[in-house]
Amino acid sequence: MTVLRVMDVHAAYGPIKALHGVDVEVVEGEIVALIGANGAGKSTLLMTICGNPRASRGRIEFLGEDITHLPTHEIVRRGVAQAPEGRRLFSFMSVVENLQMGAVSADPRHFDEDLERVFTLYPILRERRDQRGGTLSGGEQQMLAIARALMGRPKLLLLDEPSLGLAPLLVKQIFGVIREINTRDRVTVFLVEQNAHHALRVAHRGYVMANGRIVLQGTGRNLLADAEVRRAYLDGGR
Amino acid sequence: MGYFLQQLINGLTLGMIYGLIAIGYTMVYGIIGMINFAHGEIFMIGAFIAFIAFLALGLIGIGWVPLALLIVLVATMLLTSAYGWALERVAYRPLRHSPRLAALITAIGMSIFLQNYVQLLQGARVKPLQPVVTGGVRFFETGEFAVAFSFLQMVIIVITLGLMLGFTLLINRTALGRAQRACQQDLGMASLVGINVDRTIALTFVLGASLASVAGLMFLLNYGVIDFYIGFQAGIKAFTAAVLGGIGSIPGAMLGGLLIGLIEAFWSAYFSVEYKDVATFAILILVLIFRPTGLLGKPDVEKV
Ligand SMILES: Nc1ncnc2c1ncn2[C@@H]1O[C@H](COP(=O)(O)OP(=O)(O)OP(=O)(O)O)[C@@H](O)[C@H]1O
Ligand SMILES: [Mg+2]
Repeated sequence: MTVLRVMDVHAAYGPIKALHGVDVEVVEGEIVALIGANGAGKSTLLMTICGNPRASRGRIEFLGEDITHLPTHEIVRRGVAQAPEGRRLFSFMSVVENLQMGAVSADPRHFDEDLERVFTLYPILRERRDQRGGTLSGGEQQMLAIARALMGRPKLLLLDEPSLGLAPLLVKQIFGVIREINTRDRVTVFLVEQNAHHALRVAHRGYVMANGRIVLQGTGRNLLADAEVRRAYLDGGR
Repeated sequence: MGYFLQQLINGLTLGMIYGLIAIGYTMVYGIIGMINFAHGEIFMIGAFIAFIAFLALGLIGIGWVPLALLIVLVATMLLTSAYGWALERVAYRPLRHSPRLAALITAIGMSIFLQNYVQLLQGARVKPLQPVVTGGVRFFETGEFAVAFSFLQMVIIVITLGLMLGFTLLINRTALGRAQRACQQDLGMASLVGINVDRTIALTFVLGASLASVAGLMFLLNYGVIDFYIGFQAGIKAFTAAVLGGIGSIPGAMLGGLLIGLIEAFWSAYFSVEYKDVATFAILILVLIFRPTGLLGKPDVEKV
């Protein structure tokens, strides 16, 4: 079943056009990676899926329903969660409060169980549970951002550069968790990464974006092998 | 000593009223970054609604003071909240994504509009109200002078403290308050976790208006006369209190209100009544020079 279908979507920030007709499809159970250079429009695409900025043309479907014009909170309530660029934790709130915020759209009866689940994924968050989000280390903040997104029991998880700025060991751990929530919790994942190596290795399929358009797509393995992708995004070229 | 105590009581009473209004300024600023210049008028409307409610109760013949107070309090909060809600809905929400200046001018326009609206409906003359809560206790009697602590002042202080406590719990302990704080920090992210941001903003106006309306009720009880213009003076003072405490900070608004009330009372008592406003603003300026974010304000920078 198709979870997400993005069809010919255009989006802009005032006069600045960022997406010029993007088509993307994500099927249930997949991990799909979106890679591309700085300013390609990757973050814009994730945000447009959530309705901010709004698609000026085209259509976005989630589980077969047209969500193009729904308000952001309605889209989220249907099961789309995002750990956005820059993490955007509620830095004046404690770790637990951040997780409570993540659970706003979920059934409150699941809260304890879901809290236990994310604490099992990220034990450090349990230790930090009463600490303010803003005082966590970079890695812990990223874990909290992902954990917060998971608290809503999403059907589709959007991750924007989850490995940005993290040490290699942490990057490995983050991708391990992404794989685990995909296989064990059956969450479909659409993730944006600059770290194309890692991303394409965990992903079933991938898209390459440039200047607001999808320029290449294929299985993770094929893209990893693609000469053009290697030149542009893997062999040190950014 | 007695004289000092007396001013302390007077200052606290006044400060409570300012603090209640200041919370509304600070919450609205915190969530949409706008100074709601019409908030003083919401306070004034609260006073008028309370006034009308007292007259109505008098007509029905409910004379038992605690019951009358309770009914007026609830009615005032409910009706004034509706004004706060409508203000946001009609005047501010359509301008949510316009330049700041547009919203600011609209706020000033709404302030003038509401003054005229009340003036038209209620007339320009001052409205006197028979004292509702009378009596009090006297202590520290020394010769001529005695400290008077009226029952009215006690009522004002107790109700305000109760409201502030309840309100603090609401903000810090409930899901509603959490949503409110989340919106204060990052509206976009709040909507990304599924919060209905428009509803939270509307709720902020409702809460602010209901607290300001209680201040209006207390002003009416304390001074016994109101007119359509009282929102201007009290609004400026409460706004100053919010800035002094750190705009955006709710405890700051309460503290700022108390401080302004105390400064006014003591300055009038020991120096001169004429210059009490000068004193208030001088202290505000001093605080802002040394602490630009106000006493309890959070600096804008944060670790990202
Ligand atoms: N808030 C904004 N206002 C105006 N322009 C923006 C805004 N955000 C992004 N843009 C512009 O839109 C284009 C796409 O930006 P976007 O952030 O989506 O790129 P990206 O692929 O996520 O880049 P990066 O890898 O650096 O995160 C860029 O040209 C950028 O300058
Ligand atoms: Mg980006």
